[in-house]
Amino acid sequence: MTVGIVVVSHSSKIADGAVELAAQMAPDVELVAAGGTDDERIGTSLEKVLAAVEQSLVDSGGDGVVVLTDLGSAVMTAESAVEFASDPDAVLLADAPLVEGLVAAAVAAQSGAGVEDVRKAAEAVAFGNVPAGVGGPEIPDNKGEPDASGDFELINPLGMHARPAAKIAGGLSGLEAEVTVNGVDGMSIMALMALAAGKGSTLRVEASGKDALKAVEYVGRLVEEGFGEL
Amino acid sequence: MGLDVKWALDWLKLSAKAMEEHRVELIELDRAIGDSDHGENMDRGFQAVVQKLDETPPETPGAALKAAAMALMSKVGGAAGPLYGTAYLRAATSLGDTNDIEAEALAAALAAARDGVVARGKAELGDKTMIDAWTPAVKAAEKAAAGGADSLAVLEAAAEAAEKGAMATDPLVARKGRASYLGERSAGHRDPGAASTALLLRAAAEAAAGSTGDTGADAV
Repeated sequence: MTVGIVVVSHSSKIADGAVELAAQMAPDVELVAAGGTDDERIGTSLEKVLAAVEQSLVDSGGDGVVVLTDLGSAVMTAESAVEFASDPDAVLLADAPLVEGLVAAAVAAQSGAGVEDVRKAAEAVAFGNVPAGVGGPEIPDNKGEPDASGDFELINPLGMHARPAAKIAGGLSGLEAEVTVNGVDGMSIMALMALAAGKGSTLRVEASGKDALKAVEYVGRLVEEGFGEL
Repeated sequence: MGLDVKWALDWLKLSAKAMEEHRVELIELDRAIGDSDHGENMDRGFQAVVQKLDETPPETPGAALKAAAMALMSKVGGAAGPLYGTAYLRAATSLGDTNDIEAEALAAALAAARDGVVARGKAELGDKTMIDAWTPAVKAAEKAAAGGADSLAVLEAAAEAAEKGAMATDPLVARKGRASYLGERSAGHRDPGAASTALLLRAAAEAAAGSTGDTGADAV
């Protein structure tokens, strides 16, 4: 069982398409689309969203549900659905860009993260066209020496692409550490992808905070295992 | 006697009639500064409300408003669905099981409705949203109730204040909702949400006038 994910969009095509995209990277995660109105117009429907949330609560077998939304009223409809849900405390709304946030959340759920961490993984994806290193939670610069660091050579054939980036960001979001990878925020999928690090290139991981060592080891293990692609 | 379930049903049915009659007007207001669906969405939403009330007649005003909330949240489609849905739902919770709404409880229910819209939409007074009709309406209702007015007079005060509040949105620059993307260009148009709020509160007063008229009560 993994955390369940519900996608709320004004458009059923967007919701279905986003689910299809994320499912490629998270085959074991139950993703439920709730897009459009009851009569398939553009808009959101409490009934549809609530049904999706309830289905997801069942699918996730008590692990909890994270909801991702698109524009304004989708957020309001999702909030209403949480209020009506049979177990409101088990349903978390993620404030994240729909597609990137969904992919990050789905990969985090696939790797067994808990409901809070799945939401964090989604929210670590920054809104807007952020330059590398600026996305996600703020990382103070000029901090001096990191508490832990390591250099790891990418051995998987495709190097750093969406799934490895999502795995790194998703796992790190559950740790109490500020982590940079080649100088960019380790919790920002977009920033990690923007590194465009290919096979054979080296990732310099620097971490500070309580879980600094764990964070470096986590990234190191992922890289050494080729992100499960070998 | 205060207001009962008949008032709530009359209110919602008069609301549906108002949305049908003002459909084009609301569409045009929304076309100017939004996505031109407000009139159509509200009309469709209130048709669903009336249908639901006919299928399962509620026994208390609170039950009627709750049924309306669910129908609006499911059928409106746009932001007005969860906003008005939350408003009716919070009003229903505030009223509880009563079938005899006196002025104070009515003003409290309107305040709960407004608080629900604020909580859901996170807009403030002056953002050019339905809050600019709701908040003056709640203030007027509370003042009337505190001054000893009956339920009808409370609703008439609320409706009048909402109408003035809606008109006062004309020069404002939108800071919330789709209209906020227009920035300065949103000034010079009335906010469609404030306009529909004024229509709904006017319907509430009309329903109360009808209800109290039927029972022969003093309308002032």
